[in-house]
Amino acid sequence: MISFEHVGKAFAGNVAIDDLSLAIDEGEFIVVIGPSGSGKSTVLRMLNRLVEHDHGRIVFAGEEIRRFKPEVLRRRMGYAIQSIGLFPHWTVEQNIATVPDLLAWPRPRVRDRVTELMELLKLAPETYRRRYPHQLSGGQQQRVGVARALAGDPAVLLMDEPFGSLDPVTRDSLQQEIARIHEASGKTILFVTHDIDEALRLATRIVLLDRGRVVQVGTPREVLAHPTSKFVSDFVGGSDIGIKLLGLDTVAAYVRHGETAAGEPIAMTASLREALSMFVVRQVDRLAVADDEGRTVGAITLSDVVKPRP
Amino acid sequence: MNADRPARLRLIALARDPLAWFTALLLLFVFGMDELRPLFAAAFPTLDRPIFTQDSFLALTVAHIELVALSSAAAVIIGVGAGIFVTRSWGREFRPPVERMVAIGQTFPPVAVLAVAAPLLGFGQAPALIALALYGLLPIVQNTVAGIESVPVSAREAAEGLGMGAARILRRIELPLAMPVIIAGIRTSVIINIGTAALASTVGAKSLGTPIIVGLAGFNTAYIIQGAVVVGLLAIVVDLAFERLLRFVDRWHDSPASRRTPVLAAHG
Repeated sequence: MISFEHVGKAFAGNVAIDDLSLAIDEGEFIVVIGPSGSGKSTVLRMLNRLVEHDHGRIVFAGEEIRRFKPEVLRRRMGYAIQSIGLFPHWTVEQNIATVPDLLAWPRPRVRDRVTELMELLKLAPETYRRRYPHQLSGGQQQRVGVARALAGDPAVLLMDEPFGSLDPVTRDSLQQEIARIHEASGKTILFVTHDIDEALRLATRIVLLDRGRVVQVGTPREVLAHPTSKFVSDFVGGSDIGIKLLGLDTVAAYVRHGETAAGEPIAMTASLREALSMFVVRQVDRLAVADDEGRTVGAITLSDVVKPRP
Repeated sequence: MNADRPARLRLIALARDPLAWFTALLLLFVFGMDELRPLFAAAFPTLDRPIFTQDSFLALTVAHIELVALSSAAAVIIGVGAGIFVTRSWGREFRPPVERMVAIGQTFPPVAVLAVAAPLLGFGQAPALIALALYGLLPIVQNTVAGIESVPVSAREAAEGLGMGAARILRRIELPLAMPVIIAGIRTSVIINIGTAALASTVGAKSLGTPIIVGLAGFNTAYIIQGAVVVGLLAIVVDLAFERLLRFVDRWHDSPASRRTPVLAAHG
């Protein structure tokens, strides 16, 4: 649905993006990650033409993006940024309705869409609809920012470190929301971050950039298990790689059905990382495993955790 | 909202409102100067004619307001236009020369502009209007630029990234957000102009400066006071009106919801 073909960009002679090639399928959640100055924001900004690329082709929905009028292109791509950029003189409702208004949707449809999105992002519509941005917390503001990006039902969602300035608890809940929205809507998402845990949690594929060049593209598991260079392995976790790998799997796949163990059971949906933590805290090598209803369905042992996936 | 309030409360609010008071005082002087004859006669017993009567104060005030309104309108159109122009990506280079020109416009004393303009344009309103418009440009250009620059970069980036065109960003985001600052500049400019317009009478334009200048020429202190008091009251009334306008333009800072916020917060 989107492809970058040998794309290059320089700012005043300094190369920001060097020979970027990447094909993105519909429904992927691509996380672009890299140290600061690696050009990750430029990738997004070239796609919606806030920055014009110098070389190569960028194709969206079958057409080179220069064939679109920039405004038309942007209305088909939601855009959310770290600094949020809500319009301070507009209410929450007006802010969310930005793109539907640009697309000249009829009033009742806009209103329904705003209500739907506020509910999706857990903002009580009747409480917050008429509030102004300065009356909201940072987390609520970014919920509005994400709702605004989604409002025009765009084919692609571009998110530039959207949760970077939020506290860890708020960030965690917004990561859950965006994962849920991705799963439910099947939208293609391009997400920029410098936080590897955020990338591992959200991405279907990670694109790791260093100084304007792609150094590795792969699923979180591939990047963790088979880093192609020392830069990649240092960046994705260094000595913590093993722990981060455990974070990608859930207990469910490792349950020894019919067996049991003493003590409070662990949920099947918990990650192996959480299981390992529990082994250490309880100083045991066996844990009972419970299903969603809390019934014990089996057990897991400490040595199971380090075995290859069954 | 006002309609719900009992008439008595509305009357009390009006009685406490300085704008209402000063407007009443201004109207009293404009329409009732003749009734004040005994007062001025008592204060200045040596004067044969203690009240300026060559023109009615109503006619003088209307002429004065006309001078200020026309020159300020020109200053607003040119000033806001120039401010917008130099903040566009394609007009940025013109910012230093425009700001320098405008600053010269203000440095140049209006009396000197009048003196130069009168022989060229003849006597009357025309030179006065030009001098006043030039003199009032600086605060408007400065505040338009400052106002537009105060728009958060993030809001502008989001607007662009969501697909708003440049004209729409200017109209719906930049100008509304800059409006309080722009209006503050217009306020300064208009208030300066109300005072300066009195000088227009030196080149034969009718204004509230006329009694002052006639009074100065004929040693009639009463005329001077009458002109000065009305000009002063006019400036105060217009200033208070601008204050009201500013509060209205900036109302989203203090919407009913924001006043409720602390209560909601207290409930968790």
